[in-house]
Amino acid sequence: MEISSDTFLDNASAALRDTDKAKRRDFIAIATPQIRKAAIDEFEGFDALRKHVKRIRQHSLNNLAHYLEKFEQEAVQNGNRVHFARDGAQLNDIVLDICQQHGAKKVIKGKSMITEETGLNDFLKRGNLDVVETDLGEYIIQLAGEAPSHIVGPALHKSADEIGELFLKNHKLGDREFQETENLVDEARGVLREHFLKGDVGIIGSNALIAENGYSMLVTNEGNGDLCANLPDVLVICTSIDRVLPRAEDATAMLRLLVRSATGQPQTCYTSFYSGPRRDTDIDGPVETHFVLLDNRRSDILTSDYREMLECIRCGACLNHCPIYASVGGHAYGSVYQGPMGSVLTPLLTSLEESSALPNACTTCGRCAEVCPADIPLPDLLRNLRQEENDKKLTSSRWRSGLKLHSWLARHPRLYQWVTGIVIPAMHIIGGSRGRLSRLPMASGWTSQRDFPAPESRTFMQQYKARLRKNHEQ
Amino acid sequence: MSKQQQKQVPPTPNRRVTLFVTCLADLFRPSVAFACLDLLEEAGCEVVVPTDQTCCGQPAYNSGDREAAIPLAQQVVSLLEPADYVVIPSGSCAGMIAHHYPSLLTGEWRERALEVSAKTYELTVFLQDIVGIPPRSPIKAARTSVTYHDGCAGLRELGIQNQPRQLLKNLCGVEVDELKQSEVCCGFGGTFCAKMPEISAKMVDDKLENALATGATVLTGGDLGCLMNIAGRARRQGKELEVRHVAELLADQRDIPAIGEGQ
Repeated sequence: MEISSDTFLDNASAALRDTDKAKRRDFIAIATPQIRKAAIDEFEGFDALRKHVKRIRQHSLNNLAHYLEKFEQEAVQNGNRVHFARDGAQLNDIVLDICQQHGAKKVIKGKSMITEETGLNDFLKRGNLDVVETDLGEYIIQLAGEAPSHIVGPALHKSADEIGELFLKNHKLGDREFQETENLVDEARGVLREHFLKGDVGIIGSNALIAENGYSMLVTNEGNGDLCANLPDVLVICTSIDRVLPRAEDATAMLRLLVRSATGQPQTCYTSFYSGPRRDTDIDGPVETHFVLLDNRRSDILTSDYREMLECIRCGACLNHCPIYASVGGHAYGSVYQGPMGSVLTPLLTSLEESSALPNACTTCGRCAEVCPADIPLPDLLRNLRQEENDKKLTSSRWRSGLKLHSWLARHPRLYQWVTGIVIPAMHIIGGSRGRLSRLPMASGWTSQRDFPAPESRTFMQQYKARLRKNHEQ
Repeated sequence: MSKQQQKQVPPTPNRRVTLFVTCLADLFRPSVAFACLDLLEEAGCEVVVPTDQTCCGQPAYNSGDREAAIPLAQQVVSLLEPADYVVIPSGSCAGMIAHHYPSLLTGEWRERALEVSAKTYELTVFLQDIVGIPPRSPIKAARTSVTYHDGCAGLRELGIQNQPRQLLKNLCGVEVDELKQSEVCCGFGGTFCAKMPEISAKMVDDKLENALATGATVLTGGDLGCLMNIAGRARRQGKELEVRHVAELLADQRDIPAIGEGQ
């Protein structure tokens, strides 16, 4: 996947200066946690279900090869073809090949993070295919030529006015005004309907693969996934190997966590299970169906200390609760995966070298882990990545030696107290009557944005030891 | 029991408490540590302050330098082992010792860390839940309006929320004016605020805005890192807000200048 995570700080800085967008983000950052909380509060037993699903996810991953094999068997039995893709390039090749075999001209797509990860759209376009995203959010960002800013709401960063402008520019439908948001939705529905009817190949994602029956489960709120799956003659389901679950009831248990955590709904408008191609008795459905299952380093993650990251169910709650995501928005992360889950996953799917800022974009506030329906210790995983950065010396040598010096000094209490006993009173004097310092050597990061509160006269240890001596003398 | 008898009974049995003052209080805000001494003594505790204490190792640990953090953690474990109770005026340092040491250390050191972890308390938790410091009689009059900033580690790692509010009520007669988005981080995050200062500034501005919107004149909390961040930004922006550690308020130490304020 193409990423620009190495420019995270520059991206963030630019995002912070765009005050209109920042206000929008502030609004969303307050609203989305409230919506989730209302849904969870109403649903008793969320924590118990979270534990239950966690055990299932762990079991599935512990036996991943077994369940993938079982899934493949069942899916083939149902008449599907199952392909395994080692990396993004291979997935793209497989999908293009399928399209070309059928002489396809137009591809209609449901929302799929895996094909965002592999950059499938651009690849198919280079193969002279017309690719149309049909999830409203994905459609909007496709028109704008942008990447998703949120794994669940890819166009959350767009205002209704911006979307209106995009529609006026791209839909040749004459003079018109969009009074209400509904007018935008109506227009998109009309335009997309034409695309649906002309699609030669449909591509969708999957929320879960069910090993026991070879089905794929998909949730949408717009029903576009079903149209992509059922109208064209050829259906391609692109997902990753870690989506497999043993039983249908495991998938629906996971679903009860997923939807509440993502949108605060008890259930999405559409929950679909895809079994395979049309049978003789069926009146509609695709003639040919494919599963393309992506690895792209997930097998490596499975055997690493970051295994728990594969338990992620892509609900986006960690993004919605992350104050850093809220401050800088999804595009700053330079990856199709953003926020806390993206800051863990992006380095694992690419490299730490390319995304070394991301594990540091965290105050370890722990709000993400608190709400994560998959109970993934995201701050711990981010800290582990920082450990790797430190070990690989990817952090600045000034930071590293500063921390080493501080730790060394702290291990020598008498020396530490002698040094601080000189530095602290000096800082107090420099702070003077203002009681603060505007600049501090070695702490320009702090003082670039805030004053440093000056210390009170002498250190506690100086004062306390003096008190002990005095008491002793008395 | 008559009132006379009540007076003769000490508020709590004698408890030996080891105070870990934290490096921030030691260096930048000694009055927090002195306030802790007063409060613990008021609660009937015998307080020991080991003079060899420095830092819990959190900066190195969170920056991904376990190699530097481990010997510091071992040093602190050795220092605190003899204690009956360990009390710390910081949710984040208490969280580091109680929550993170056992996963940072291995083998025998892990066992020792678990023992220290089991007797380590953040100050307000200890005063409210463990010793149950009795309400003062007469309660010191509420002289100001106060809002409270929940430090993230205290809130989420140690479940501290009700204790400081209850203490402010019982000891100072203060009802906290709650700030909106109180569970959201202030942008301090240890080295985060220096590594990503612009993002941190946006976060602390949000916190300041919510704090000022309560109309409170004092912002208090249990973590000096957060408080220095909030006070430092308020001073830089010329915003009026008296920032103090909750121990200072509980021990009624408002005569010294607030954090980042001059004489």
